[in-house]
Amino acid sequence: MSTILSIKDLRKSYADGFEALKGVTLDIEEGEILALLGPNGAGKTTMISTICGITMPTSGQVTVGGHDILNDYRAARRMIGLVPQEIALEPFEKVINTVRLSRGLFGLGRDDARIEDILRKLSLWDKRRNAVKELSGGMKRRVLIAKALAHEPRILFLDEPTAGVDVELRKDMWEIVRELKANGVTIILTTHYIEEAEAIADRVGVINSGELLLVEDKDSLMAQMGKKHIEVMLAEPVDAIPEVLRHYDLTLNGAGESFVYSYDIHGERTGITSLLNDVAKAGLVLRDVQTRQSSLEEIFVNLVSGEQA
Amino acid sequence: MNWAAVVAIYRFEMARFFRTLAQSFFSPVLSTSLYFIVFGTAIGSRIETIEGVSYGAFIVPGLVMLSVVTLSISNASFGIYFPKFLGTIYELLSAPINFLEVVIGYVGAAATKALFVGLVILATATFFVDIRIEHPFAMAAFLILTCLSFSLLGFIVGIWASNFEQMSLIPQLVITPLIFLGGTFYSITMLPPIWQTITLFNPVVYLVSGFRWSFYGLADVPIFFSLLAIAAFTGICLAIIWWIFKTGWRIRS
Repeated sequence: MSTILSIKDLRKSYADGFEALKGVTLDIEEGEILALLGPNGAGKTTMISTICGITMPTSGQVTVGGHDILNDYRAARRMIGLVPQEIALEPFEKVINTVRLSRGLFGLGRDDARIEDILRKLSLWDKRRNAVKELSGGMKRRVLIAKALAHEPRILFLDEPTAGVDVELRKDMWEIVRELKANGVTIILTTHYIEEAEAIADRVGVINSGELLLVEDKDSLMAQMGKKHIEVMLAEPVDAIPEVLRHYDLTLNGAGESFVYSYDIHGERTGITSLLNDVAKAGLVLRDVQTRQSSLEEIFVNLVSGEQA
Repeated sequence: MNWAAVVAIYRFEMARFFRTLAQSFFSPVLSTSLYFIVFGTAIGSRIETIEGVSYGAFIVPGLVMLSVVTLSISNASFGIYFPKFLGTIYELLSAPINFLEVVIGYVGAAATKALFVGLVILATATFFVDIRIEHPFAMAAFLILTCLSFSLLGFIVGIWASNFEQMSLIPQLVITPLIFLGGTFYSITMLPPIWQTITLFNPVVYLVSGFRWSFYGLADVPIFFSLLAIAAFTGICLAIIWWIFKTGWRIRS
């Protein structure tokens, strides 16, 4: 894989002095899905806006397919499609015409077959002659995606694609993203929803207060930083954790029918064997055992709160 | 140049116009007819001819200018303000186009619409009065230049405005008074000498005078000054737009 988007020490300060990006450096590989996670105001949208040309960078360099976004902006922008966070569409225009406009803006001639293909894939073909205002919120979001794809971009930015979208539509959106990836499109999406990143991303970047805290392969991130939890369910409930088990820092659940032991899967010893031996010594009888891995959400919360501390 | 983008913007803007074609067509026909009934017939019948031209015919060039100027400004200002208001401007900013291409697309469409309405008004006027056009090429040039230059001004207003109130501020507070006091409905020679001098500071006088000259050969100011005035006005608008382009004022933060 080769680098398709390269960001070097990107900074953005606004006129009021607010520093929205504090030197972000990031390389994005062709064909990957990168999820940018971060709380509100972290700089996710500013980063996308700066790469796409909506805001001007204060300093730093961004190249798209080797083309500088300032000096060679036409070639750079031709490679990029942007789906903005807010639904911004001309309400009175027909769906197909707004998509045609997008293709034209990127310097491409009319191609009805291509537009039909995009609209069909996004289940918008039947609505093509409807005015945008007649569509539901979810359909409007699809129109935004259709517009972003009209010029066949190599990189697609999805800024909070599933904000305010119901669960079913969110799953549809993920399917669309996976299909795009299968067609070789590189995807960068920002999201609040950790489960979204967990479900579809190859790599995860965490951004907070204008700084990129980390970018990791999603699986290795979870493996590296994740804690595992083992829940031990007892045949007979207990009132308190027995003395012999105190040093394991267990959490007793509910009415004492189970307890949870947390361990670092990368620690030298997980402590599971000795725990289970000590459970037997304490005379407790097991009904069931279950393990659970930390979600990205926990990792994310730990990172961001660590940053703020 | 990204001409495909220019054409795409132009077509998209014209589509808005065609969606409301009936209203774009009938509203100038109605308002022109009203002007003729009120000014041409009711009041005009009591006014003598002006240098051999009936009052009804005399006001035709001014009426066309009045509509063309106000429509050029409103078409172009709404054309660019609407994407700002709706947020769809993100697409213009992230597309591989430069500001000049955006201006040509929006201003071209706004000027075309205004030109269409100007021609409709002219056609309507022929039902009420006899019109002769002594200098048809000059008439066409004045009409097209007015559409273009005031569409450029409208574009600037649309970029500048940050709410709908501001959008109507310049047309209502500046343009309408200048047009009404610019010899649209009278010859400035009918004014007292002091007002004739003051009026010469009104740029619209030069436009209306030049346009009327192309019809009847009558002018309040020499035709050369009229041409100079519209050229200077276009130049100033282009310079402001060039500055907006360089600085990204009110467009790109």
